[in-house]
Amino acid sequence: MPETPERGAAVNITLDGRPVVARAGEMLIAAAERAGTYIPRFCYHPRMKPVGMCRMCLVELKGPRGFSLQPACYVPVAEGMEAVTESPAVKKAQDGVLEFLLINHPLDCPVCDKGGECPLQDQTLAYGPGETRFVEEKRHWDKPVPVSSLVLIDRERCIQCARCTRFAEEVAGEPGIDLAGRSDATEVANYPGQPYDSNFSGNVVQICPVGALLAKPYRFRARPWDLQQVETTCTMCALGCRVAAQSSADEVVRFLGVDSDPVNWGWLCDKGRFLFEALNSPRRLSYPLARRAEPVGNGSSGARAPLAEVSWSDALSEVVTHLAEARGDRIGVIGGARLPNEDAYVWSKLARSVLATDNVDAQLGDGLPADLVAGLPRATIDEACSAPLVLLVAPDIKEELPVLYLRLRHAAREGGTKLLEVSPAATGLTGLCAASLRYRPGELAAVARALSGREKVTADVAGVPAAEVEAARALVASTPGLVVVLGRPSLSESASGAAQAGLALAELPGVSFLPALRRANVHGAIDFGLAPGLLPGRVGLAEGSEWFEHHWGPVPAQPGLSTLGMLDRAAAGRMDVLVLLGADPVSDCPDRALAKQALEKARFVVAVDAFENASTAYADVVLPAAIYTERRGSFTNIEGRVSWLGQKVTAPGTARPDWMIAAEIATRLGRDIGASSLDSVWAEIRRVSPLHASVEPDLLMSYRGRDGVVVGTDGTGAVPAEVSPLDPMAAHGISSAELHPAPPGELRSQLHRALGAGPVLTEGTPVPPPPRRIGLGDLEAAGTSGLPAPAHRAGASASPGGVPALRLVARRPMWDGGTLVQESPSVRELHPPFTVALHPDDLARLGAAGGAALRLVSRRGSLVAPVVGDKSVSPGTALVPFNVPGAAVAELVDAASDWTEVTVERLEAGS
Amino acid sequence: MSAQIGPQVITSRFGLSESWTLRAYLGSGGYEGLRKALTMAPEDVHKATLDSSILGRGGAGFDAGRKWGMLRKAEPVYLVVNGDESEPATFKDHALIEADPHQLIEGALICAYAIRAARVFIYVRGEMALGLERLQSALNEAYEYGAVGANIFGSGFSVDVVAHPGAGAYICGEETALLESLEGKRGYPRIKPPYYPAAIGLYGAPTVVNNVETLSNLPFVVRNGSEAFHALGEGASRGTKMMALSGHVRRPGNYELTFADVTFRELIYDPALGGGVREDRALKAFIPGGVSAPWFGPQHLDIPLANEKIAEAGSMAGSGAVTVMDETACAVRAAWRISRFFHRESCGQCTPCREGSGWVDKVMRRIEDGNGREADLDLLMDICDNISPGVRWPPAQTTICVLGPSIPSSVASGIRMFKDEFLEHIRLGGCPFPPDRLRASLAHA
Ligand SMILES: Cc1cc2nc3c(=O)[nH]c(=O)nc-3n(C[C@H](O)[C@H](O)[C@H](O)COP(=O)(O)O)c2cc1C
Ligand code: SF4
Ligand code: SF4
Ligand code: SF4
Ligand code: FES
Repeated sequence: MPETPERGAAVNITLDGRPVVARAGEMLIAAAERAGTYIPRFCYHPRMKPVGMCRMCLVELKGPRGFSLQPACYVPVAEGMEAVTESPAVKKAQDGVLEFLLINHPLDCPVCDKGGECPLQDQTLAYGPGETRFVEEKRHWDKPVPVSSLVLIDRERCIQCARCTRFAEEVAGEPGIDLAGRSDATEVANYPGQPYDSNFSGNVVQICPVGALLAKPYRFRARPWDLQQVETTCTMCALGCRVAAQSSADEVVRFLGVDSDPVNWGWLCDKGRFLFEALNSPRRLSYPLARRAEPVGNGSSGARAPLAEVSWSDALSEVVTHLAEARGDRIGVIGGARLPNEDAYVWSKLARSVLATDNVDAQLGDGLPADLVAGLPRATIDEACSAPLVLLVAPDIKEELPVLYLRLRHAAREGGTKLLEVSPAATGLTGLCAASLRYRPGELAAVARALSGREKVTADVAGVPAAEVEAARALVASTPGLVVVLGRPSLSESASGAAQAGLALAELPGVSFLPALRRANVHGAIDFGLAPGLLPGRVGLAEGSEWFEHHWGPVPAQPGLSTLGMLDRAAAGRMDVLVLLGADPVSDCPDRALAKQALEKARFVVAVDAFENASTAYADVVLPAAIYTERRGSFTNIEGRVSWLGQKVTAPGTARPDWMIAAEIATRLGRDIGASSLDSVWAEIRRVSPLHASVEPDLLMSYRGRDGVVVGTDGTGAVPAEVSPLDPMAAHGISSAELHPAPPGELRSQLHRALGAGPVLTEGTPVPPPPRRIGLGDLEAAGTSGLPAPAHRAGASASPGGVPALRLVARRPMWDGGTLVQESPSVRELHPPFTVALHPDDLARLGAAGGAALRLVSRRGSLVAPVVGDKSVSPGTALVPFNVPGAAVAELVDAASDWTEVTVERLEAGS
Repeated sequence: MSAQIGPQVITSRFGLSESWTLRAYLGSGGYEGLRKALTMAPEDVHKATLDSSILGRGGAGFDAGRKWGMLRKAEPVYLVVNGDESEPATFKDHALIEADPHQLIEGALICAYAIRAARVFIYVRGEMALGLERLQSALNEAYEYGAVGANIFGSGFSVDVVAHPGAGAYICGEETALLESLEGKRGYPRIKPPYYPAAIGLYGAPTVVNNVETLSNLPFVVRNGSEAFHALGEGASRGTKMMALSGHVRRPGNYELTFADVTFRELIYDPALGGGVREDRALKAFIPGGVSAPWFGPQHLDIPLANEKIAEAGSMAGSGAVTVMDETACAVRAAWRISRFFHRESCGQCTPCREGSGWVDKVMRRIEDGNGREADLDLLMDICDNISPGVRWPPAQTTICVLGPSIPSSVASGIRMFKDEFLEHIRLGGCPFPPDRLRASLAHA
């Protein structure tokens, strides 16, 4: 047998007579493309396994018996290979395939979504016959028919390339669509009565090379030649997938995935793809709101005046008045994960240097301690996906960081990565895990300690049998290079469990972490200091005060409060001003009662947001923000990857970027915080934040920098030597990878023009040495002291019916009651129904059947939900979706306890 | 006639009372080959097979012993028996399974022993209800008898045999589609590389796929020695071949013939074989090796039944199905029927096969119905050329499996041999031959 060269090794081939160096293991089609020779194709997709179905890629290959036609998409390159991509034989074959594809094609291009960006059109023009010789009747199908609530199929247009079905099965592991029938009656179909339920269904629309698969939100919305586009980063979760945002008539109409090799490989989840609908919602805030009319009663909340539109000037002066009156430590800034990096920086600076408060927290008590996130050694997605072992201590990745699920799934199936899971309930990745440890909710830290320990485990840990823990421990101990995906496995457990787990696992040699926080730019917020005790650049308050005082002026000496701390303080009537920065604590904070009480009791609440929501109902002033594709900026993902956010459309009404609002507040308070444009903000960031010193915004905006740069690892700021070209067939519809830089001056602040001021620099004083980043040592030194102390443990009371109290497991589904989801008409109904899932044994003990109504009672509140029996739910636990419309699980959750216990009672039928 | 045409190797029990039972099988030397094989070293059983020169009887004619020798060194190894036999006019495996299932099981076990297979799967066309039933009861008997399962005949060799019914697709006879089907997937032929199931087969394991008839030869080979087998036939074509004779002959049926001993003329006209064209009509054409094969005319009658000789003349022995057309057969209709079969049975993966087969079907039907145009003949030839460039024999293959390149054979044969008949259809605006009885009956159904 000839020796197989190592994958990636140089392989010499001859392509159309010229020598080309290919890489061992790659297919001829890919090697040719890199060498500048495009071989036409339909079924080949660089991110999926070849199937060789369309036969469009035939080229002549030299074999022992001379040249013969072979498919370039699945013939691997070999030393000495001779290929001819242009010859009469190749031309005839291409002609023939295209003619075959067209004989049964309806050619209804004028009414087809794909018309104008269609690979079938394009390749017919380039390689096909001019005329048809087909005079028979074409094949007919009913059309279009839905395959899911978001996707329709026109089977007459289908060219049977199996890209969609391969995506569903191979990439997403949800084979809800498949090829049915045979020969030219082959159709893409659902299984009878089962819609194609997938968190990723939009991808099949994007990769369909014809207009056979149609996305409801886009269908008939635009013609490709009317579309304008900008490349940007998805901000619907913290993964930061690359997208092309496309607009028509200043309205975003479509998002397409861009293939970013280190991140999303061209895929998007349906949330990232379709939530642009919310941008166009008629309920977008376009003007500031304030409560104008005098209250009738005595200022009691019940008699508050309704919110009404006011001018920016009036709104801001009201805000500034209250801020000016308040003492720094009685001001709290909650939220900021929605904000781009620059805005997070400016708000962080405003809070510290102008408002004199360190009470800033981008997380809502549903995340992880920011110093932990900032201080743990970080892994990249690629590192996780090439690690020998990934330990998941996280929520359901498939629901919360959906495309990371696709990457991990690929790593587990195609790579050598083993997955190990620690979770109180099954997740979308459980089926791919070598083992999944089902611990008792609230006792996560014990499991993590056992796993990172050096001792053999001989007793059960947190309800997990000793043998299982020991096997997992042995695996962890014997596998160097562990990557931990660290997040909150359940929102009804306190953050301290996950934090202690993180600290325990950090002791393993060579371990690194990928934080599983999901909310948009939460990592940008943390990295730019929207966290108590953390200054921009992952610098601790104590460490950085000298440096920042030099650049900013005085900063608070004492670390401030976390969101839960601020809410606690506010609920006690000891907060004067709460700023909600794109945050809705009433919906998102695990402790809803606390959030409500806090907002009620705070003296003054100002919300900066794009929509009214459950929390703005408590606000005195609401300021409309420009979001997402309405403004430029940058984003930081879970790896610390900073990538560019492009602007495509104008914000509604007078909504403006958050950083401008901060700058204006500062100005009205008589301070200039130096934020006159994004450029000036970046210039300052690079000076002030050592973490970002080498990040060049110009580069991020360029083609070469489109994948972004990772900060905080050894290769900080490094840009890939090679950016993979956009495969026009894999990424059709994306007209260019180039970013459209904003026109000069577009984002100039009016205020800046008025004041003409630059950044504040304390001239003359010697520049202190730049501060050190927070690290593992700091975390270890601090221990878990900064964490909310584990409070009471609820005693095991028995519910009526003999079922002991159950521990609650609450997790977010991808589709939930969140504002953006609910403002996107195509997806707002896709959330799971509100049910409580119990193990069938618990169900039996209750004497209840599936569908029966149960009342769940915790010490915080109660809820009624229909019950379902589910074997994957651990006995003794109750699994509920967090924040689906119509059910606020946060009413039950006791955020201060390690876990939330509920008693369960069966409601009599009809009640 | 000089040729020896009697049952010799594989049909020796045809006609025995209840030939499919263990009792009848044991009464006629059954399982002696296996017993003997188990006393030999597996390599020696393999060598005997190599020495015998058993060309695969499933269509491609690949030497069985050489195929076993190509197995990748890895465990486990599987043996898959191809009993899907779904090609029109091919019915020899059908007879072998129904009449002598124990012989197949014994042959499969001998092979399994030689290649040290971990398990044997016999994939039988789902529509062969009786064959499946007899095979399954034969398996049950064989298990009870100790010929299958654990520690066969006390030899220490163990292997299980599973009978698996197909689900109704011709393409599942193609070996890689069969493997997919066995794995529970759609019957889609696999792309190559990997080139052979011997490298990556069932569930990714090295696998031998052999035809029912191929394996049915093994008990004879082991019992009588490879010399006895090799003595029959000539060149690479050794042993005997089951010929499934059909069409316009007096005595259609299965005939076991010594390779190279018999010509097509003898097969069709010998009173002990085909008995001549029915009603003594003139022979118009015959298909020598299944519907994928290019047609032969009367001038080819003296070609002997040997793989090489048939190939030299521009067609193939294939699975041994010979279909005879007399002068009343309409060449257009015959070619159309065959194209329609391929159209229906294309798995639909490859564009040229999926779309080309349908297009050919439609044009052929239009011509047969009297709506043809002269330009259609060039069109048909060019569609064929786009399915298999050059429309030559052996055909160029640009599709995943060889079903695609099989489509042009009948159409091209029809047009090349009977162009006038095509033109007459076009001129007359209809078919000059007696009405199509099959279509009439289909229309009723
Ligand atoms: C479309 C198609 C159908 C086939 N059908 C059969 C079949 O029904 N039975 C069979 O034994 N081989 C069939 N073959 C051939 C098999 O692929 C394979 O060559 C054979 O099973 C190998 O066994 P052998 O070497 O013993 O002949 C078919 C091939 C093709 C391309
Ligand atoms: S629907 Fe589109 S992607 Fe799916 S098989 Fe048809 S053409 Fe290909
Ligand atoms: S995984 Fe996250 S970043 Fe990617 S498309 Fe979905 S929401 Fe957007
Ligand atoms: S040639 Fe025809 S039957 Fe064979 S794989 Fe291709 S489409 Fe399927
Ligand atoms: S067969 Fe190669 S791209 Fe479709």
